[in-house]
Amino acid sequence: MRIQVNGESREAKAGTTVADLLCELDIKSDRVAVEVNLEILDKGVFAQRSLQEGDRVEVISFIGGGAKRLQQSVFR
Amino acid sequence: MSDDRLVIAGREFKSRLWVGTGKYKDFVETKKAIEASGADVVTVAVRRVNITDRSKENLLDYLDPKKYTILPNTAGCYTVEDAVRYARLGRAAGVSDLVKLEVIGDEKTLFPDTAGLIEAAKILIKEGFIVLPYTNDDPIVAKKLVDIGCPAVMPLAAPIGSGLGIRNPYNLKIILETVKVPIIVDAGVGTASDAALAMELGADAVLMNTAIAGAKDPIMMAEAMKYAVDAGRLAFKAGRIPRKLYATASSPIEGML
Repeated sequence: MRIQVNGESREAKAGTTVADLLCELDIKSDRVAVEVNLEILDKGVFAQRSLQEGDRVEVISFIGGGAKRLQQSVFR
Repeated sequence: MSDDRLVIAGREFKSRLWVGTGKYKDFVETKKAIEASGADVVTVAVRRVNITDRSKENLLDYLDPKKYTILPNTAGCYTVEDAVRYARLGRAAGVSDLVKLEVIGDEKTLFPDTAGLIEAAKILIKEGFIVLPYTNDDPIVAKKLVDIGCPAVMPLAAPIGSGLGIRNPYNLKIILETVKVPIIVDAGVGTASDAALAMELGADAVLMNTAIAGAKDPIMMAEAMKYAVDAGRLAFKAGRIPRKLYATASSPIEGML
């Protein structure tokens, strides 16, 4: 199935969970937030939540930034 | 200085200098500058993870969340909807309910959209967030933000990254007299004397990023800012002498030939 991760289309096996996806992307789950179709998931459900065809997934973390100018919204 | 703690929403902070983490050359420089500043609160932005280049290191590998309060911001958000979304994502990625709320009104000035700010703050406070709002040096807006439940207010000194220093010390003074929560002067500081002035006026803390990260020697400037904030705080507490037009001799007249 095709899913969108951070704006990029990619192939995922049917039944892939959020935890599987993070593992595949080599991302530690403790420092990220995950949003699926605009719904922010609790870290506790990463292993249970299976992704569906066409799901739009956002994997978010902290970067350097403070009282300064940053690029426009990354979600657009 | 060690017993002079800043307390916001029941949380105690050692340092009255808070720093941003943007614009540094690399994470090593970020870490060294933050250590030199003595800050225990650091602001971070909320962004997409780079999924194509996983070799990229994570900021939090360099800033131990046990040692620092990681304060997510909503920098780059121009709408209430975006700001609320970023705040929620920041909370989900982190460990606390703290958020530095920014709703930016205009790309050129990066001045806050204060109507949007109040609206977003209301939504987030209802969801249990501890909202620290980045706002204009406007006493009326500051009061409104406190009235809806913000436990501190962060008025700007000057436009973000401008280094112009405190453009309106009188408004800042009015804000300090009007609202009875901690005031953190945020953005626009250019050099150490700007930070000292903010503290001398009675601000409870100063938040800066560009003034340190953009200096020729960020680590040295971070140290300078630490001294400036401490000196300004001490001078405020010590109570300055009144300004007078004419001289008053320091040495006694008696005993002169």
